[in-house]
Amino acid sequence: MEMSKNKKVFAVLSGKGGTGKTLLSVNLSAVCNESVYIDCDVEEPNGHLFFKPANVYEEEVTVKIPTLNSNLCTGCRKCADLCNFSAIAIVNKKPLIFEEVCHSCGGCVLLCEAKALYEKDKAIGKVQSGTSDNVTVKTGILNTGEASGIPIIKKLLKDILKSNKITFIDCPPGSACIVMESIKDADYCILVAEPTIFGSHNLKMIYELVKLFNKPCGVVLNKCIDADNPSERFCNENNIKIIGKIPFDTELGTLNSDAEIASRKSEKYQEMFSSMLEKIIKETDA
Amino acid sequence: MKIAIPAEDKSMDKNVYVSFGRAPYFLLYDTKTKECEYLDNSAVLNQGGAGIRAAQVIADNGVKALITPRCGENAEKVLSSAQVFIYKSIDGTIKENIDAFCAEKLSLLTDIHPGFHGNEQK
Repeated sequence: MEMSKNKKVFAVLSGKGGTGKTLLSVNLSAVCNESVYIDCDVEEPNGHLFFKPANVYEEEVTVKIPTLNSNLCTGCRKCADLCNFSAIAIVNKKPLIFEEVCHSCGGCVLLCEAKALYEKDKAIGKVQSGTSDNVTVKTGILNTGEASGIPIIKKLLKDILKSNKITFIDCPPGSACIVMESIKDADYCILVAEPTIFGSHNLKMIYELVKLFNKPCGVVLNKCIDADNPSERFCNENNIKIIGKIPFDTELGTLNSDAEIASRKSEKYQEMFSSMLEKIIKETDA
Repeated sequence: MKIAIPAEDKSMDKNVYVSFGRAPYFLLYDTKTKECEYLDNSAVLNQGGAGIRAAQVIADNGVKALITPRCGENAEKVLSSAQVFIYKSIDGTIKENIDAFCAEKLSLLTDIHPGFHGNEQK
């Protein structure tokens, strides 16, 4: 397919995990001539398991955490009073800092007249970049136990608007802040939904989210069987474009559980995902 | 000596509250003067760090011993830095716990939990 005029950014999201975000975004990336795949599911990134990228370059992601120079501290308590997250307690007239509670706002350091607080870098994870044939594969990895993956997503998506390749963002599941951060710069959102009542409820949640962000969107119905599909009903009732349907089939499931990229292994799936790609590109050109 | 107990209501005849950081009130009790005072726990609605804030209040009020059914690790860090001893409460009312404390029948709380961090159990 000719992609030269398309440098669009597509975010793939779903209301819960295991719906098929990675299946879809990996395969859509793979059927492009040239693309960037960005795994923003930083708590459990798994797109790299399919792409097995080569020439991986890794960078650490850090946040700023206050540190105390005890000799300068006057015990004024301004830092603790300011902190909305109670990341600082004052005991024996000195701050006690709870790094894992800190949200790195930097307010305490700004407010410290005695300059007893200064910032140090704390590593919270890393971003990796590598290649898998036609796809640039970027992965965010949050260290276990860290509170927020948002700084990692910010780093992953920093240069996204400068990219001259079509980009797919594999979002974290759900509709929380971390998903909002992931879709912020997307031109179009692709919502993946399961054919159950629970699935349609999750679809509704993310549909409301993308509407709030004024993002155009379409739905891919995954795990489709020959039966009533509550998610499809939701799309029809709300006039939401259905980009495509992925069947609930053993061959696809097997390829996927073997960490193979279905569209690279089978012509049938190559055609299926290519036709979805064509549709979303048409949607964004319109 | 000043002691503190998490309380659901402003009454000594009620049971000790199930957790520390999210308790609605803290009873401050002076074992010498038998005076008591209830503090509103401002941390009860905190999104996070409730244990730290609650422990700060306890430390700021010159409390020397806290009687609680459980305590998270962040609160424990503040309390131990402030030399506040943490005792494990027994089943029963606040009054019964105070009596047990005065009779030296309470033991120190040793199983500090890693905290609920936004997943508070009711």
